[in-house]
Amino acid sequence: MADIPDNVSLRCANIHRSLGQGEGRVHVLKGVSFEAQRGQVYAVVGPSGCGKSTLLYLLGLLDRQDEGDVWINGRLMSNRSDAERTAARCVNIGFVFQFHFLMQEFTTLENVMMPMRKLGRLAEAEMHERAQQLLAAVGLGDKSHRLGTQLSGGEQQRVAIARALANAPAIILADEPTGNLDQRNSGLVFDLLTHLAKENGQAVIIVTHNSEIASRCDTVRPMRDGVFL
Amino acid sequence: MSPNLRIASRFLTAKKRAMLMSLSCIVLGVGLFVVTQATTSGFEQFFIKTILGTNGAIRIEDRIQDTMRSMEAGGRGSGSNFHISMRGEGKKYIEGIEEPKLLLSALRRFENVAGVSEVLHGPVIIRSSFKSESVRAYGINLDDQLRVSDLGSQIVQGSIGDFRSKPTSAMVGREMADRLQLAVGDSFILEAQGEARRYRVSAIYETGVSDIDRVRVYLNMGEARSLLKRPTGASFIQVNLIDKDRAPQDALHMEEVLRYSAASWQEREKTWLEVFRALRISTAITVSVFTLIAGLAMFNTLAMIVMEKTKEIAILRSMGYTRRDISGIFLWQAAIVLMIGTVCGWVLGVVVTYAISNFPIRIRGIFATDTFIVSWSLWHYVAATATAVVMVMAASLIPARRAARLEPGDVIRGTAQ
Repeated sequence: MADIPDNVSLRCANIHRSLGQGEGRVHVLKGVSFEAQRGQVYAVVGPSGCGKSTLLYLLGLLDRQDEGDVWINGRLMSNRSDAERTAARCVNIGFVFQFHFLMQEFTTLENVMMPMRKLGRLAEAEMHERAQQLLAAVGLGDKSHRLGTQLSGGEQQRVAIARALANAPAIILADEPTGNLDQRNSGLVFDLLTHLAKENGQAVIIVTHNSEIASRCDTVRPMRDGVFL
Repeated sequence: MSPNLRIASRFLTAKKRAMLMSLSCIVLGVGLFVVTQATTSGFEQFFIKTILGTNGAIRIEDRIQDTMRSMEAGGRGSGSNFHISMRGEGKKYIEGIEEPKLLLSALRRFENVAGVSEVLHGPVIIRSSFKSESVRAYGINLDDQLRVSDLGSQIVQGSIGDFRSKPTSAMVGREMADRLQLAVGDSFILEAQGEARRYRVSAIYETGVSDIDRVRVYLNMGEARSLLKRPTGASFIQVNLIDKDRAPQDALHMEEVLRYSAASWQEREKTWLEVFRALRISTAITVSVFTLIAGLAMFNTLAMIVMEKTKEIAILRSMGYTRRDISGIFLWQAAIVLMIGTVCGWVLGVVVTYAISNFPIRIRGIFATDTFIVSWSLWHYVAATATAVVMVMAASLIPARRAARLEPGDVIRGTAQ
């Protein structure tokens, strides 16, 4: 499919995915198609086990579909090698997970610099400066030298958002980013994520159970039994 | 610093005790490997030095007489390339050297020869005021003998100058002197061929080799010829070489050219050299057990870290770190511990080797020493490092590859759901 408009940063078509082994194997995604445009925030909602997170990992090239295709910035990625998909993740995709997965041995600044170090486009001082800016943007400019263990849950999730934005990716994928936070922190994290993404023209796809969060997104895509309703 | 190395160095602290255990085993493995190689090689080299200093690099002994069989098999100019090496087989030997002067002159022309000395020996009875014993008298030309042996430095009492200047002086081994209760200046009688002559001890030597120190009495060549009633000829010629390690090739060459049997020090002392070699290898294998344990400990530690860090591995993969990066991070951890352990092991090896070299131990029999003999060789450190690198890195490959094989989707899905 070559005719993908420039404003579409992510597209998938007819995605099928089964999980499990033998008799326990379940057909989780049943021909899902989806498209995300730059500067737009999408919410994927639905009951547990409907395939939201599975879809998100497939869109993020963390998993391989059984059938169907995924395009990132107009480039077909679903049939690429592991190395190419990994490189595409590094450049184009930022992840925010429910469990923030900060590297506990590193400071918040180093955590944010980690994707930049892998990409290797910036000099050490530039990486340092950008990481500081991102931490300031999420309100943690004064806690850049603290370890992850010295931050609250909400603060850690804000660091994870800064880290996801580090390489200025075209797509932000967030899996229950507020699932572990109280209401005040949930609102704060969501606002940060959407504000920064919109500011930079990034497509944001959020998988959530939180109806209030979902209602504040540009588009809501409800899912059930492996298909969009 | 590469991102992978940076992450590896931080991950190291995740399992401090386990890492310290691995580190300790590497330190012990490398250190003890160095120490055991230093001591076994030290004794081996000292033994070689002793035998070179007593019996020389090559001994030319008996004349080879071709038999019909050897001439037929080894004949040259027969138009055939077929040749059978007949060393020790198909040859007859005529004991002793008939024309030593000619042979000495011929031997001096070999480029690797540093010195030659004719020696005449025969059985004698030695009588002191205390007791009598059967020994062997060795007639030598002192200056020649000093060029092919360490006799000068083996004198423990008396003066070699006295031996040179007085024809009736003799040098006896320390063991012989102790058994016969002889001291420098004492006189004794040597009996041979029905004749008894009186000599005076001018010096007592000690090679450390019991078989020499117990039975050899050195006499000036003229006196020995007279006592043993052998006015011409020699028992053997002792040869010293510039490059001692070339002795087997030179011996073979001399044998072919001179038609006299020539035995290199490696051939003469083959049994002892094999013993030392076996000892060196067996100690290396024994001590390598520590390195093996270090490898197993490293395997265990890294496997634990991989299990604990699955989420971090998944997030690194989601950021764009490749499978190779992930395995690299774990191999770097092993490499860092290996490097620290190896350097500490070297230091341990140096310190213990030095301490051992001052450890008092009296050894007589195959050589004489009052302290442990050690050998300082860079190769011991290289071998110890190579052993540690192979074992630790091989053991680290499995958990590193396992970490690289982790599917980030599976890990995150398992956590998120």
